[in-house]
Amino acid sequence: MGQHDNRTFGSAGSAGRAGDADTEADAGAPDAEPGTVEEDGELAALALKILVAGGFGVGKTTLVGAVSEIRPLRTEEQLSEAGELVDDTDGVDHKTTTTVAMDFGRITIRSGLSLYLFGTPGQDRFWFLWDELSTGALGAVVLADTRRLEDCFPAVDYFEHRRIPFVVAVNCFTEARRYGAHDVSRALDLEQGTPVVLCDARDRDSGKEVLIRLVEYAGRVHTARLLDSVGPQAGSG
Amino acid sequence: MNGQWYDAEAGPLVRPYAMTGGRTKPGPHGVRFDLIALVAVDPQGGADEEAESLLGPEHRALLGLCRSETQSVAELAADADLPVGVVRVLLGDLLEGGHVKVSRPVPPAQLPDERILREVIEGLRAL
Repeated sequence: MGQHDNRTFGSAGSAGRAGDADTEADAGAPDAEPGTVEEDGELAALALKILVAGGFGVGKTTLVGAVSEIRPLRTEEQLSEAGELVDDTDGVDHKTTTTVAMDFGRITIRSGLSLYLFGTPGQDRFWFLWDELSTGALGAVVLADTRRLEDCFPAVDYFEHRRIPFVVAVNCFTEARRYGAHDVSRALDLEQGTPVVLCDARDRDSGKEVLIRLVEYAGRVHTARLLDSVGPQAGSG
Repeated sequence: MNGQWYDAEAGPLVRPYAMTGGRTKPGPHGVRFDLIALVAVDPQGGADEEAESLLGPEHRALLGLCRSETQSVAELAADADLPVGVVRVLLGDLLEGGHVKVSRPVPPAQLPDERILREVIEGLRAL
């Protein structure tokens, strides 16, 4: 247990284990290597990550707050090149980090199984944060407002490009004209099968329904990919 | 942090990375903790009370939070009211000192076990 540094991080730690040549036969199943979290009974807790994206003011914070205990999260981020385009840092030497606030909430399914929701920063200049947020994410909710549908284009593009399963949740603002899910799907030119859900981000049950649809969909997408990856002969078994 | 005479608008009184001695990356192992990596106190990590007494206040605050419950990196940052980047560095110290253990989140390739997802869906319905 003294080797906690190597033990707790499967792949990250394995680089340091020079004497492991004899386990090469297991290379096809890296997750079976000793030291992964799953084998540690005490820490076998599971955390799943869901992102909530969409344009500014579309209700991301409201949705996260409706279904979970919401907390603000601060990150001090290195300004990326993308950020520098926006932030005029001329004459401000060494201004290399910026504070980004985002929302996050936790839903405890049971002891040892939690769902974490992250409201992604709305502004384009924080795109670089998305890469980290989306790593290992179960899926994403793209919140849309039919009066400003174009605001969610970047999020749709992003998740389609990264092949991250997402649902589009149309936040039905009272003053907005109602469109059917099909209209929204067509207007956004969504890939076939991407669910569109009409919701009220303020309403807990409505928010829950959005998340349920996402988890169901993410499961379907994942299963389909697994079948694809094992090839056509998989059907015979 | 209640009753302070300045508010959040004033900005931090201590520059965030002053708490880490200027370090912006967890050291030597260089692991970047995921936001949902889970952190728990490591009773067998080899850190004793003496080692703990040498820790700074932020380190101890984080350790105290982990002690009450296994927490994600994001929760620790929110509860300790520290930027995530700072928490990552401090956690790196705690990990190296044998105070905590940190779980790697499940890699995406093996993510949704159908049984787990069903559990999540039922859990959401029951909320």
